[in-house]
Amino acid sequence: MTRTRTRSVGAIAAIGLALAMTAACGSPTGSGSSGTSSSSDAHATDSASATSGGITGKITVFAAASLKTTFTQIGAQVEKDHPGSTVTFSFAGSSDLAAQLQQGAPADVFASADPRNMAKVTGPGLTASAPVDFAANTLEVAVPPGNPAGITSLRDLTKSGVKVVVCAPQVPCGNASVEVEKAAGLTLEPVSEEQNVTDVLGKVITGEADAGLVYVTDVKGAGDKVEGVEFPESSAAVNVYPIAVLKGSANPALATAFLDAVTGPHGQAVLGAAGFRKAP
Amino acid sequence: MTTGVTTRHTGQRLGLPAWVFVPAAVGALFVVLPLVAMLTRVEWRHFGDLVTSESSIAALELSLRTATATTVLCVVFGVPMAVVLARTSFRGQGIARSFVLLPLVLPPVVCGIALLYTFGRLGLLGHTLEVLGIQVAFSTTAVVMAQTFVALPFLVVSLDGALRTAGTRYEAVAATLGARPTRVFLRVTLPLVLPGLASGAVLSFARALGEFGATITFAGSLQGVTRTLPLEVYLQRETDPQAAVALSLLLVAVATLVIGLTRTSRVAP
Repeated sequence: MTRTRTRSVGAIAAIGLALAMTAACGSPTGSGSSGTSSSSDAHATDSASATSGGITGKITVFAAASLKTTFTQIGAQVEKDHPGSTVTFSFAGSSDLAAQLQQGAPADVFASADPRNMAKVTGPGLTASAPVDFAANTLEVAVPPGNPAGITSLRDLTKSGVKVVVCAPQVPCGNASVEVEKAAGLTLEPVSEEQNVTDVLGKVITGEADAGLVYVTDVKGAGDKVEGVEFPESSAAVNVYPIAVLKGSANPALATAFLDAVTGPHGQAVLGAAGFRKAP
Repeated sequence: MTTGVTTRHTGQRLGLPAWVFVPAAVGALFVVLPLVAMLTRVEWRHFGDLVTSESSIAALELSLRTATATTVLCVVFGVPMAVVLARTSFRGQGIARSFVLLPLVLPPVVCGIALLYTFGRLGLLGHTLEVLGIQVAFSTTAVVMAQTFVALPFLVVSLDGALRTAGTRYEAVAATLGARPTRVFLRVTLPLVLPGLASGAVLSFARALGEFGATITFAGSLQGVTRTLPLEVYLQRETDPQAAVALSLLLVAVATLVIGLTRTSRVAP
């Protein structure tokens, strides 16, 4: 009877341990591919206005998470302009994507939220040509609807009792936050330094934080779930977005067509409408 | 009784089909190889510096502190939960058991969101807590809550199983000899299932140590306050992959130690 008991306890322990390992290993790695989406279904049929002949096939675009809405829109337009083409996206943090590309992930285009992560890809010679800057983004203070803490400037974030959330200095938006703090000559004391800008926005949307430093485009993209407070010091940190066709692309023609669409008038209009500035 | 491959008492070996060794070896390799791969990536020269940096130490300290607090909470609440589940019968007990085990199979991020909408500022109990002057968000308390939420089922499962396997005979005897329920519980029930309790506690500790999703969703991430070791690993990866690998190894070491403890506690009594 003792043997039965210990064995079944052991079995339960083993199962529990297995689950613990799964749970512990599962969450951090999940973010890489979760943003993958395709815009191929919408415009497959209305193909009357083909502007160039012969560009078909399929490409995969690795793009910074902040580009999700705009790039999905531009991708749909590219598919419309080139009947028979499919543009698939993987949206994630720029550093995640750069790391995946370094490890040999198959992709045709890479659009980064900052030059630093693009450099990780151009460094080992993974791009087909020099990256092109196509947009810029600046910071804004996001506050919950109604602005309960009455934030009107960057300095207001240093008032005692105001719960501020920022990105960790290790990620692009956190780096930008440090820059604007320096420019304004103040030091924020955040209650949390998040891994990415989406997490910062989430803390503001749920009302956990009184304010968060995010990009202008994030405030715009969140609609009426947050309000934006502009501040002059934001010009101290202008985040430039570079894009490049990758050397490993199996379809450089379509990849180039996509890059041209992003830098062309339609793409720039889409980006501008979402709050992006023109690249300097 | 069940047919074991070897029985501990006689040491007698039963024949196994040869083919089972192939998938068994593949499976074992699949588990071991990534750990070996990680070992090959560690820059041993800098290992000491990497794991003793200020942020690493703060993260390790916080992790050990919160995981210990979580384990205590798991024992305090988990033991009574397991006893109620194993020793009583009531309507809807099956459903109750399923609900208790739910965090075991839920993605941790979901647990974090659930906690946020319960204890967050605008959550179900958020206003009540604020009136009482308790601020949970972005505090170490939130980390412990997130860990307890996901780790509690491990203790309950282990102990519930141990209690049901142990049966009620000794307890019945003690009761007929005039022992009061509390005395029976403390002097008979608990000692009987001590191995189950120990392995359950160790598993809860391990789960708490590895907690990531619920913590980052519910508690945030700030050095020394809410940034536990797994969060630190994830953040270090952004800028310093070497430090991330070194810290990962540290977690593997602690996990190995925990498995070792579970094995001893299973074999000992």
